[in-house]
Amino acid sequence: MLRLHGRSYSTAPTPSARLNLPIDYKSTPLLHHTSTSLSNAFDLPSSSTSKSMNLYQAINAALRTALSSSSKVMLFGEDVAFGGVFRCSMDLQTEFGSERVFNTPLTEQGIVGFAIGAAAEGMKPVAEIQFADYVFPAFDQIVNEAAKFRYREGRTGVNVGGMVIRMPCGAVGHGALYHSQSPEALFAHIPGLQVVIPRSPSQAKGLLLASIFENNNPVVFMEPKVLYRAAVEHVPNEYYTIPLNKAEVLKPGNDLTMISYGQPLYLCSAAIAAAEKALGASVELIDLRTIYPWDRETVLDSVKKTGRAVVVHESMINYGVGAEVAATIQDGAFLRLEAPVKRVAGWSTHTGLTYEKLILPDVARIYDAIKQTLEY
Amino acid sequence: MSSILPLSRRIPRIARRSTLPLSQRWSTSISQRPGSDRVRFPGAVNSKFTTEMSFINPQDMPSIPTYRVLDSDGVLVDKDRKPLGVSNEEILVWYKNMLTVSIMDIIMFEAQRQGRLSFYIVSAGEEGISIGSAAALTPDDVVFAQYRETGVFQQRGFTLKNFMSQLFANKNDNGYGRNMPVHYGCDYPRTHTISSTLATQIPHASGAAYALKLQSLQNPDTPRRIVACYFGEGAASEGDFHAGLNIASTRSCPVVFLCRNNGYAISTPTLEQYRGDGIASRGIGYGIDTIRVDGNDIFAVYEAMAAARALALSDGGKPVLIEAMSYRVSHHSTSDDSFAYRARVEVEDWKRRDNPIIRLRKYLENQGLWNEDLERSAREGIRAEILREFGAAEREKKPEIRMAFEGVYDEVTDEARGQMGELKRILETYPEEYDLRAFERGIEGL
Repeated sequence: MLRLHGRSYSTAPTPSARLNLPIDYKSTPLLHHTSTSLSNAFDLPSSSTSKSMNLYQAINAALRTALSSSSKVMLFGEDVAFGGVFRCSMDLQTEFGSERVFNTPLTEQGIVGFAIGAAAEGMKPVAEIQFADYVFPAFDQIVNEAAKFRYREGRTGVNVGGMVIRMPCGAVGHGALYHSQSPEALFAHIPGLQVVIPRSPSQAKGLLLASIFENNNPVVFMEPKVLYRAAVEHVPNEYYTIPLNKAEVLKPGNDLTMISYGQPLYLCSAAIAAAEKALGASVELIDLRTIYPWDRETVLDSVKKTGRAVVVHESMINYGVGAEVAATIQDGAFLRLEAPVKRVAGWSTHTGLTYEKLILPDVARIYDAIKQTLEY
Repeated sequence: MSSILPLSRRIPRIARRSTLPLSQRWSTSISQRPGSDRVRFPGAVNSKFTTEMSFINPQDMPSIPTYRVLDSDGVLVDKDRKPLGVSNEEILVWYKNMLTVSIMDIIMFEAQRQGRLSFYIVSAGEEGISIGSAAALTPDDVVFAQYRETGVFQQRGFTLKNFMSQLFANKNDNGYGRNMPVHYGCDYPRTHTISSTLATQIPHASGAAYALKLQSLQNPDTPRRIVACYFGEGAASEGDFHAGLNIASTRSCPVVFLCRNNGYAISTPTLEQYRGDGIASRGIGYGIDTIRVDGNDIFAVYEAMAAARALALSDGGKPVLIEAMSYRVSHHSTSDDSFAYRARVEVEDWKRRDNPIIRLRKYLENQGLWNEDLERSAREGIRAEILREFGAAEREKKPEIRMAFEGVYDEVTDEARGQMGELKRILETYPEEYDLRAFERGIEGL
């Protein structure tokens, strides 16, 4: 597989741009820039300590916590032994041994099938797929085996809960066709799977530990790879979890509900700041966190309050997560709607190298959607 | 228990095929004869009964040998061997092609480090495999490659302008600026555009070879062609490798599979990739003619590919597997620092010990065909030409923006047309948010 360089090519498109500016991860309100807001956020004792780290370090910390908490936890995949191509498994083989942390041959279907077998016999395998773009050889194992295992076994009670399939996803500016994809909608179509996408380091640690220890279903855990180095915040040192299937209201608002997840939340936050300033409206921002099964109640409660909704995601708009959310909103909050539910998502094409910035959602398009929906 | 299907439908009838020697087949009957000393049914391969219980331990078997023509000093190992059958002029072309790939690799690797292109993959140490093998193909043969076969493109006539246009994703790029660097593609000689996904091209090669075979049966006047398929030893762990070789074998496809075994799949050494006798041993399991060659020996690679091509076209068509051994002296890609998982001294040892370019140079010098002056002027000329095309390609415009949407389907869908209109509205409403100057015709290209 190819690997991507961590550098960012993003600069302001023109000197007068005020929307499509590079995301300033050092000042975004979506990250815990100090430790003071942590104990409230995660219901931790005030004595708990934290450390500033980026997303790959938080994944690494979560995996370290998991491997030391239970001897059932295993970690494997391509190039995992030397630390992984994104450094998420750094030092873990040295600390926990090559019995539980190891390289596999280059076979995604083998990796996922192996994890299913191990989970069926009581282990907690964490399988790494090097890029979400490369998960498709494992689609049969995920769709026909992991998702259907409990249902097929019936009274035997055997299931593959506790298994987690981790994969980096999303665009980084130069990944083109095979290092940019976010296939969450394909997995969210499959009953039996849980699909989780964290937005930040502290969210990633809590959600990953919940996926491994507090959830008895197979989890597809998708990590926005552009955040591996870019997103830095304080992360609690101790074990903590964030419940799956629960969305979070990141910012309250009254006039419009914006629903997103993963990296585009930072674009939403910037667009909302610009729109609130320019248009005088107040926008509520919701992070779905778990894409499926998803927290319909939080979304519907919000839209019933605001009467307007915009859904934002990076992957293609056609048959995407936005379609499901929009349909659920019109079904559950129709009489409260003041405008059609709008979707801002990737266009229905592949992520051509030269065109990435024009294909994927940006702050200007999200801003425009807010404006249109408010003015409808 | 009653059978669901009549017996005649449950057991496939084996027809006689003229393409295989009779001894390998069951002529008309597949039933087990009373008192037979062998297991006889489809798949049992005429296996003798034995009372001796013994497991076959692969480690008791000798490794498959590695074919070589030149030793590491550039001297013919077998002094009495037949002539090479290649002109000196042609060998010099191979040598210059190896130099070109090697010099381009150094320049482009450095350009990536300077941020002038997003990504690059070198093929240092493997130039002999790609150029030597491609030299044995005809322009009508079809190639499916991975992403470390720049030499195949070079040997098949891909120009420096072609390379640079792709690397800089400009409007002259065959891929319309859609693909990551090094994902070259060429219509003729047909060399399919590289996909980043591993091993997916292997079953394609089988199917394409079957298509060529059928076309040649249907039109006996067309030249007989093969498919050459390249991949690394890591990719051979993917399911597609097994699927591709097996189906090529069962359908007798004229395809040569060439595995570049360079010892590493990114960080994973072959010891964690497989425990058998390399990739070559697997060909035997699929009933495929197989050879292992010294990948640093361009003559050995060339001769093996030439012979494999002839084999692939014999008996009505059949697959062949070549495993070419050459240590990966480079990092996996510009995104990789291989000293995080292997010792620098290991790499330096290999670089010093053997290298396909130096080995051929020694041969040429031994023959009086090359010397230090020729080397210097060849290198200078190649370098200057690369830099000229580099500069021209870097300055060239990107393709028109519409190419982001075209090519998904044969025709742009109504939905996509609507999205193009919506994108245009956004670009016109917020002109200060987008810099479109790099694209041919700017917003008018949408």
